[in-house]
Amino acid sequence: MQSAIPVLSLSIWLPIIGGLFVLASGDKVPGISRWTALGFSILTFLISLLLWTGFESDTAQMQFVEHATWIPGINAWYYLGVDGISMPLIVLTTFITILVVIAGWEVIQYKPSQYLAAFLMMEGVMIGVFSALDAVLFYVFWEAMLIPMFIIIGVWGGPNRVYATIKFFLYTFFGSVFMLVALIYMYFKSGSYSILDFQQLPLSLTEQVWIFLAFLAAFAVKVPMWPVHTWLPDAHVEAPTGGSVILAAIMLKIGGYGFLRFSLPITPDASATLDWLIIAMSLIAVVYIGFVALVQQDMKKLIAYSSIAHMGFVTLGFFIVFAIFNRPEAVGGAVLGMAGGMVQMVSHGFISAAMFLCVGVLYDRLHSREISTYGGVIHTMPVFGALMVFFAMANAGLPGTSGFVGEFMVILASFQADFWYAFLAATTLILGAAYTLWMVKRVVYGPVTSDQVAGLRDANGRELLVLGTLAVAVVALGVWPEPLVEVMDASIQHLAQHIAVSKLAAAPAAVAALP
Amino acid sequence: MENIYLTIVLAPLLGSIVAGFFGGRIGRAGAHWVTILGVGLSCLLSLYVLKGFVDGSLPVFDGAVYTWMVSGGIQFEIGFLVDQLTALMMAVVTFVSLMVHIYTIGYMADDEHNWPKGSLAGKNSYQRFFSYISLFTFSMLMLVMSNNFLQLFFGWEAVGLVSYLLIGFWSVRETAIFANLKAFLVNRVGDFGFILGIAAVAMYFHSLDYREVFALAPQLANVQIQVWGDTSWSLMTTIGVLLFIGAMGKSAQVPLHVWLPDSMEGPTPISALIHAATMVTAGIFMVARMSPLYELSETALSFIMVIGATTAFFMGLIGLVQNDIKRVVAYSTLSQLGYMITALGASAYAAGIFHLMTHAFFKALLFLAAGSVIIAMHHDQDIRNMGGLRKYLPITWITFLLGSLALIGFPGFSGFFSKDAIIEAVHLSQVGGSGYASILLTLGVFVTALYSFRLYFLVFHGQERMDEHTRHHLHETPAVVWVPLVLLAIPSVFIGWLSVEAVLFGDWFKGVILVAPHHDVLAQMGAGYHGQAGFVLHGMLALPFWLAMGGLALAWYIYMVNPAIAAYLMVRFGTLYRILDGKYGFDQMNMALFAGGSRGLGKLFWKTGDQQLIDGTLINGSAQGVGWIAERLRTIQTGYLYHYAIAMILGLVVLLTVFVTF
Amino acid sequence: MIELSDYLMLGGVLFAISVAGIFINRKNLIVLLMCIELMLLAVNTNFIAFSHFLGDMSGQIFVFFILTVAAAEAAIGLAILVVLFRNRRTIDVEDLDALKG
Repeated sequence: MQSAIPVLSLSIWLPIIGGLFVLASGDKVPGISRWTALGFSILTFLISLLLWTGFESDTAQMQFVEHATWIPGINAWYYLGVDGISMPLIVLTTFITILVVIAGWEVIQYKPSQYLAAFLMMEGVMIGVFSALDAVLFYVFWEAMLIPMFIIIGVWGGPNRVYATIKFFLYTFFGSVFMLVALIYMYFKSGSYSILDFQQLPLSLTEQVWIFLAFLAAFAVKVPMWPVHTWLPDAHVEAPTGGSVILAAIMLKIGGYGFLRFSLPITPDASATLDWLIIAMSLIAVVYIGFVALVQQDMKKLIAYSSIAHMGFVTLGFFIVFAIFNRPEAVGGAVLGMAGGMVQMVSHGFISAAMFLCVGVLYDRLHSREISTYGGVIHTMPVFGALMVFFAMANAGLPGTSGFVGEFMVILASFQADFWYAFLAATTLILGAAYTLWMVKRVVYGPVTSDQVAGLRDANGRELLVLGTLAVAVVALGVWPEPLVEVMDASIQHLAQHIAVSKLAAAPAAVAALP
Repeated sequence: MENIYLTIVLAPLLGSIVAGFFGGRIGRAGAHWVTILGVGLSCLLSLYVLKGFVDGSLPVFDGAVYTWMVSGGIQFEIGFLVDQLTALMMAVVTFVSLMVHIYTIGYMADDEHNWPKGSLAGKNSYQRFFSYISLFTFSMLMLVMSNNFLQLFFGWEAVGLVSYLLIGFWSVRETAIFANLKAFLVNRVGDFGFILGIAAVAMYFHSLDYREVFALAPQLANVQIQVWGDTSWSLMTTIGVLLFIGAMGKSAQVPLHVWLPDSMEGPTPISALIHAATMVTAGIFMVARMSPLYELSETALSFIMVIGATTAFFMGLIGLVQNDIKRVVAYSTLSQLGYMITALGASAYAAGIFHLMTHAFFKALLFLAAGSVIIAMHHDQDIRNMGGLRKYLPITWITFLLGSLALIGFPGFSGFFSKDAIIEAVHLSQVGGSGYASILLTLGVFVTALYSFRLYFLVFHGQERMDEHTRHHLHETPAVVWVPLVLLAIPSVFIGWLSVEAVLFGDWFKGVILVAPHHDVLAQMGAGYHGQAGFVLHGMLALPFWLAMGGLALAWYIYMVNPAIAAYLMVRFGTLYRILDGKYGFDQMNMALFAGGSRGLGKLFWKTGDQQLIDGTLINGSAQGVGWIAERLRTIQTGYLYHYAIAMILGLVVLLTVFVTF
Repeated sequence: MIELSDYLMLGGVLFAISVAGIFINRKNLIVLLMCIELMLLAVNTNFIAFSHFLGDMSGQIFVFFILTVAAAEAAIGLAILVVLFRNRRTIDVEDLDALKG
């Protein structure tokens, strides 16, 4: 369906234009660029809310579609649209960007206009990634997304930022080149760059496997999955708080989104053949990374590792579906698993953002991320301490917070795939609590350990506004996830039905296993 | 009715929110009034509901409040199931909670001394404490009133959260924040099993609603699930054991009991409320609630019974050598929880719940009385520094004595009915392991009497061993402290007599708790039941009564008549003493094996896996590989023009050759 | 009669000499420039010869273009050479290895 107002184009280009304005405003009067950036980010958020309100949740069709000529020579179109999978992620992007703008308000003193402009432009580009339905357009946005992040880490980052940026850039770039090859190959097969055409394209198993592996290279790095995760801790540690927030809350989700939009529907048979690989990588991410997170001394590294473990749940939820198709007694687990992965992505967007912002609050005061610097923060920052404990609990997956919903759904679904998948996945209950709460114990609780901590001031109004907003979101999603689940239900059911049908000539009997 | 139930649940939550977020503004009095009003309202309504069920005017309520989510064909709902079991639990929870709220006014009155000077966290600690215990009441009510597994798990974890917050309430103490982390993690180990159990239920029953699950259970009684290759387990046993692992965490059964003694680091009111009367009994409640599932698996019942009996006896033994007044009571709690669990294993669910109820009253009483002693002793908890306190604390003394008598099962007291019923039921049970359990429970009675009266005599009788300054200031605690003691002492004494007939042998739990006919030991006992007096008389002729009296007498002899013998025994049985004092080495093993092991594993994965293998070899290795090749290739670039020129000419020649030839 | 092949031969010899001059010469940059001029000259010879024998004038027009370019090139080349000498005090080809990897 074609929409009357180009909501998606507005959401993409408005922040980019806003970024140009902010850039032009210069650093002479930082207030101007801050307020301009805030204005544009709020405006974009309001526009993206139109997506939510105007969304028809009973169809899996692409909505808010825009279709315009772009590069006719290679049959590439300016083709945008959203379904229940991408729409929540777009709203998440616009929401988090506002918080990032506010969080960097007084903290960033060095070239604030360029900092804010980078975030606004990145917002537009990320929305482009989520809404592009043309593979070339998708790829352009996908790569363009790296540039602002590269600059943010490289300019406003910590002491070892050059190493971190180059590692980040090369890692992700390395993966995406393979994806480009796969896209071009499919263009030659189908004569179109439309992602929806790719999804219908019949492919032999060998072709599918190669395409799947090419996509895997791109998305696994982005998610990131073990063993291509090591760029993330470095990037997080060096990135400024806002950069970490966007990186954890949105950029990682693009990898998960890619699995849902490309890998599963385009190469269902290869996914079914190689699902053990993804499941193994996901479970290793949950268990192995859980142990690694336990021994971190740096708060940001710890949260970065916990992000990897949580994203392991996302990929696990996406790829257990084939095992569930093979079990006649399992009903509905496929949808549950994929929806769980999606909920986990949104929830992780809130929680990881909040955790990084918490570390940012402490870092702004004492300029240290080491756990050992702190201790007894609750005595000088009681309100902040309470919020940090709350977010830690959410990170540990406490029911009533959003962190629980996704984990719960994925564990329930993975039990339907295999008892031992669920067994290993459920260890996160213990490991997640162990690493998060141990950090909380050493940072927040205990006697005041140093004069530095004794001199801390509690979070100010701006910080409380940001963290409080996130806390409300975390609780709301945890207490009543139905609105979110409902929005994506039709799309996910459609996807589950789509991937249950083999693209190879012989149709398997798996279709019958669906609800 | 739904509105009443909603009010019962939400009133404490509201109180908690007001006291928690606006504690600074409404002040101390405001905070305790708003929470007490909330819990009080909830208690009144709960009693009203209980009365409705007693006189049969209320129907069982089972309805959803709202749909949490619908996904994968399963409807996840938040809703209430209120039947006789729930009504009983609600009344117990809100009543004890109300008593503890009132008591807290006195106990936390001078809490600012527990905080370092200038600590902002200590500024509103009084209000925060009230907020937490009200939040706990809300969570516990959500747990017991749930009509589905999802909400059960929510309540389950939420009470764990509040327990975590309250054990670590005095967050400046290293021991407290160690204990709360430990409590949370050990509980999480239990929850690990619990969530897998829920996942199994969701998979095979396609629903998390109790009603639907229980209705479908008999059809799935013989289902086997494939676990590994050809190995398969019975579905019901798997679900039963997995869910029970959760109960082992929450109800502190061996080997997941280690957190409960340490949880005594929290303020005493919460030890009474959470770690004695209510939260730790959640596991017992859960198993009783799941009786339609457990009845289908004898293996699970045996497992439960063996774990319970082991806890009941061996944890009681540790209580003999503790010197901290709260820890003695804590080990006693562990032991009593073991009794309840054993009753469940014997399919005497009603007896387990009955003991849960009586225990809630007398153990809350004992803890609060211990707290009263601690206030009087200026927060010295070592019983070696007490003695002869009955003169100074007459009300505390009497109530403590009543609680102790109830605990050891003195005929006529509430504990007598419940404990005797459990021992008798286990004795009659035919489930595997019942012989073992029966012996341990019977011996446990002796141990219970011994440690209870050791504590009693050391605290309230004999020499006054405190220092002069403390003795000078000894006096009875204020009314807010002793009134709850009295109010709790009343049910501790009488509730057993009043309710034994209905709960154990009547039809109170009919249609609520399901017992397979061949497991129904309580029905067998009911055949020989002729009124309370007969029950008491029968009990006085049985072995447990004489064991209890023996324990009491021995305690009296050792600690009153001939105190030297205690020291002699300690030396004589040195090994045994050290084993008990070391709590069988569970703590050391956990610290070394699990805590140390995980950290070691984490270091290994991180340093070797991530840093050496992935980053070192793969990532930086490939970067170095590229560098190495480039290093070799750069030598070709000499920078001399004539080298480039000759390369060009040669290239031209080669290309021309190719073009001309092909 | 002088044949076309004779002209082409001459052009080829001139070109070969200039190429050899470029990579055998290791001393003087000016010789290098001269070699380039010689190379252009060889090409010009070929152009004129072809133009004459094929009766097409455009080849000779081309030669004018090339001569112009060659003149400009010589001017710029010598200018660079002077600047180079000012900066490095040498025009020895052996010393000019700034492109070394």
